[in-house]
Amino acid sequence: MSKPINKTVLDVIAYLVLIVGALTMLIPFAWMISVSFRIPAEQFSREFIPSPFTVQNYLDLFEDLPDQAFLFLTFNSFKISILTVIGQVLTCAMAAFVFAIVKFKGRDFLFALLVATLMIPPQVSLIPNFIIFKYLGWIGTQLPLIVPAFWGGAFGTFLLRQYFLTIPRDLVDAARMDGASLFDIFWRIYLPLSKPAVAALSIFVFKDAWNDLLHPLVYLPTDMHKTTLTVGLAFFQQQLQMGGKFTVLMAGAFLSIVPLLIIFFIAQKQFIEGIALSGVKR
Amino acid sequence: MEYGLKPLGRERLWLWLMLTPTIIGLLFGTIGSLLATLGLSLFNWDLINPPKWAGAENYVQLFQNKDYIEAFANTLKFSALYVPAVVIVSLLLAVLLNRKIRGVGIFRTVYFLPAVTSAVATALVWNMIYGKETGILNWMLESLGFAPICWLCTDHAMMSVVIVNVWGAIGEGMIIFLAGLTAIPRDYYEAASLDGASDLQQFFKVTLPLVTPSIFFQTLISAINAFQAYDYIYMLTRRDQGDSSVPVAVYSIYRNAFHFFRMGDASAQAIQLAILVGVFMAIMFWWERRYVVYE
Repeated sequence: MSKPINKTVLDVIAYLVLIVGALTMLIPFAWMISVSFRIPAEQFSREFIPSPFTVQNYLDLFEDLPDQAFLFLTFNSFKISILTVIGQVLTCAMAAFVFAIVKFKGRDFLFALLVATLMIPPQVSLIPNFIIFKYLGWIGTQLPLIVPAFWGGAFGTFLLRQYFLTIPRDLVDAARMDGASLFDIFWRIYLPLSKPAVAALSIFVFKDAWNDLLHPLVYLPTDMHKTTLTVGLAFFQQQLQMGGKFTVLMAGAFLSIVPLLIIFFIAQKQFIEGIALSGVKR
Repeated sequence: MEYGLKPLGRERLWLWLMLTPTIIGLLFGTIGSLLATLGLSLFNWDLINPPKWAGAENYVQLFQNKDYIEAFANTLKFSALYVPAVVIVSLLLAVLLNRKIRGVGIFRTVYFLPAVTSAVATALVWNMIYGKETGILNWMLESLGFAPICWLCTDHAMMSVVIVNVWGAIGEGMIIFLAGLTAIPRDYYEAASLDGASDLQQFFKVTLPLVTPSIFFQTLISAINAFQAYDYIYMLTRRDQGDSSVPVAVYSIYRNAFHFFRMGDASAQAIQLAILVGVFMAIMFWWERRYVVYE
């Protein structure tokens, strides 16, 4: 039996499959970057290395688009995403703390109810929420994207509660002896001790808010000063169908993913462990 | 285990204050809006004139509305292609990566990249890749001697959209499976190979049964995502009139609610989507009880 050879052959096959797969994953990103550094006349060229090489598309993005649209879009995306993170972390952490630590009537029922809402497709909430926001006069403003972030959520609450449960209870008892209030224990002990979980949740929430297309599409006007990067890019694409500069569009697409790429490379561990956790926790 | 801190005196107030956002969310965001959508589905309402009672009419019309039947069928078709593809490809990748291979970290990062970046940004470049005359995919086909394909025309759009969605989802699936695989004790494999089991036998007799919890979880998540797929479809198949060459259920809900302001129809469609998710989950949990092995 030639077992070692067999193993080598399998390893080679594994590498081949993985490398071909990895190239498939990378080509779209590589192409995006390549096109973004070309001159418009070369936008459909099959040469991968841009020649001539130009950064003009990135300058155009900021200078040519009317009224500094790209700056506004980027600012809006940052503003909405950061506020969403603050809202979610704060409100989910408060609820998670109460569900994890405090004993009160109806706790388990309320928590079960909250977890059950994970099954409700978000599209179901969209219509009544739209109607409520319309009557509040919020359609066309960013409020419908920001305010709901401050009303908690099953995913974040569940994630943080799991983490809170691992914090030694002795800490609570000791703090109680010293006369700490419920809120003190939450604010001074649990929140600071849960940085890894809070980081993971923040990353997920930021990613989802930054990449969201449906909600800004529904709630925000197609006004480049009020909407987000995703809607702005989709809108530019539509205008481009009549023949325009894909080079500038690709520059915009690339810049729009840069913040997430940076976060991903810095916090890859939290990202991946968070996903793995959500799969194993059951 | 019974645990819990008793709130003292005025802390009872604090407790409910800390829960207030969550309760508002339940009332307006999730449970309340499920009931509201259910109610709205029984009316015809364009948000301008007062709502008119319709009873079950909106639901009956769903079964006569050719556009909606097409959209719903597309959602099912999309899911039937997407879910097995995501589960199988990401399981395969995870098994390969689990062979103590070099550069696991790099592969993991690369495969995960699309899961981090926005569907909008990557769809823009996929649009270029899929281009009929100018896209690199057709250029590759032509250089291999095949006829070019109109990737985003009605005939092939479903397949093209599934490919992009799978491309975007396998990174997350791979992570889930990798976590499941590394949890399998090494001795199981040693015992199996002592008994003379080949690699293939080991995969089917040891690996597969022991990753059923991950397969279950990944199937569930993929299916829920499939039923709600929207971003790539909007970006790749949207036409000038605002319709799509692969309209799916969510697309139809969105169009009816926010283009035509047919809130009743849109609500009935949303409820039907919720029922689809509910039924699917019920089937999955039944399946879990029968086939999923927890240690």
